[in-house]
Amino acid sequence: MMQVTQSGSFQHAAVLREFGCEHSLLSRPDGSASFVQGDTTVLAGVYGPAEVMVSKESFDRATLEVTLKPKVGMPGVAERSKEQCIRQTCEAALLTRLHPRTSITLSLQTVHDDGALLACCLNAACMALMDAGLPMHCLFCGVCCAIDQQGTIKLDPTAREEKESRAVMTFALDSTDCRVMMSSTKGSYTAAELQQCIAVCQRASESIFQFYRDSVSRRYCKA
Amino acid sequence: MFLFAFHPEANVANSKEAMLCCVKEKIGEAVLPGDLLAFEIQKSENKREKLICGPGLRRDGEDVFVCKSGILRHKEPNLYWIDLQQRRYVPAKGESVIGIVTAKSGDVFKVDVGGSEQASLSYLAFEGATKRNRPNVQVGDLVYAQFIIANKDMEPELVCIDSCGRANGMGVFGAGGLLFKVSLGLVRKLLSPQSEIVKDLEKIFPFEMVIGLNGRIWVKAKTTQQTLIVANILESCENMTTEQRRSIFGRVSENVL
Repeated sequence: MMQVTQSGSFQHAAVLREFGCEHSLLSRPDGSASFVQGDTTVLAGVYGPAEVMVSKESFDRATLEVTLKPKVGMPGVAERSKEQCIRQTCEAALLTRLHPRTSITLSLQTVHDDGALLACCLNAACMALMDAGLPMHCLFCGVCCAIDQQGTIKLDPTAREEKESRAVMTFALDSTDCRVMMSSTKGSYTAAELQQCIAVCQRASESIFQFYRDSVSRRYCKA
Repeated sequence: MFLFAFHPEANVANSKEAMLCCVKEKIGEAVLPGDLLAFEIQKSENKREKLICGPGLRRDGEDVFVCKSGILRHKEPNLYWIDLQQRRYVPAKGESVIGIVTAKSGDVFKVDVGGSEQASLSYLAFEGATKRNRPNVQVGDLVYAQFIIANKDMEPELVCIDSCGRANGMGVFGAGGLLFKVSLGLVRKLLSPQSEIVKDLEKIFPFEMVIGLNGRIWVKAKTTQQTLIVANILESCENMTTEQRRSIFGRVSENVL
């Protein structure tokens, strides 16, 4: 469903690529999920609450570790910075105080990257944490948008659109109030454009949360 | 599980309209973390009503919200909980589990129960054990024990006796037989009072089975082949419907005889 509306001086095309997910596809981790957005695919596995090394343990909360592996090559600085973004979002959503002195490990593997990778990682992470049965006080989703040279806001850009745009932004939004939990932006944009992008992403996140709900009810009602 | 009282005049309406759902509509449906549950409070009665929140539900001030995804269940008169499919075990007081002894240090055995920490089992917590008469437990043995201390702040502790000092089926076991792991949901289904799976299994051939709430099952039948058959059936019947399970069990019992 294509929506092109003109509000003020901005135009935006508010359509997400087709997305899908799969639950519990891996047998060893406590929770696993795979999330597909267009051609971008990310696989996530969660282990926890499990034993933790004494040097890393925290007396009052669970220690969350995130590893993101790219499709080819060794993980580099870009992967490390994405890991930190994902870790901070997950720590804000999980009830880590219920499992002190334990570790929760989240492993993400990029199966294919065609733009909006951080947003897809966030969605796969949220589905995997839900699948593992870890207590959370809200759900989160990742939405990516790009501003191209003409000023049009494009939601869920492909890799080619990301390269041609002047700014790329990824937001993590929570499920209770649709507020921004984490933002990661690249490029140049004005403050008004930032607010417009946040509004567009908040509208798009509603469809992702509805999809979470549908997939969970399909999974439990089938069993 | 914890108890709390609901004041009849409490106003449950708040700004999170989208997530707020009446609990009666949601019983038997899947709910997600972050959903707030509204309970219908009868304003005519002035007495306080008690509500029991089971696993998966948490209280935040006066609100009850869901913290794990699953199906909301209700048992009369006032018990609510979330039924979820989980694989990782978290120790809880009073649960009986199968543990593997990993170390003997002084007066205490360290037992692996599949949780985040190893549990401790004192050598005096066996029937008829005294300081001179130590129980015969070696590293690598299987024990069926119950948690007396299991919370998030302390190391879990197990005992192999009940409050009267009798073993009551607990203790070391497992000469021969096979130990394997399944999901926690299947274990709860097997341990429920009128379990259909257990009734179907009894018809195939006789065997011994010990079920631990930490997802571990030990089986032993007359021959190794029968033991392996039972283990395979149990591991695979998690995701089957009743008809599929009955057809598989029927085929197995025909082949065995």
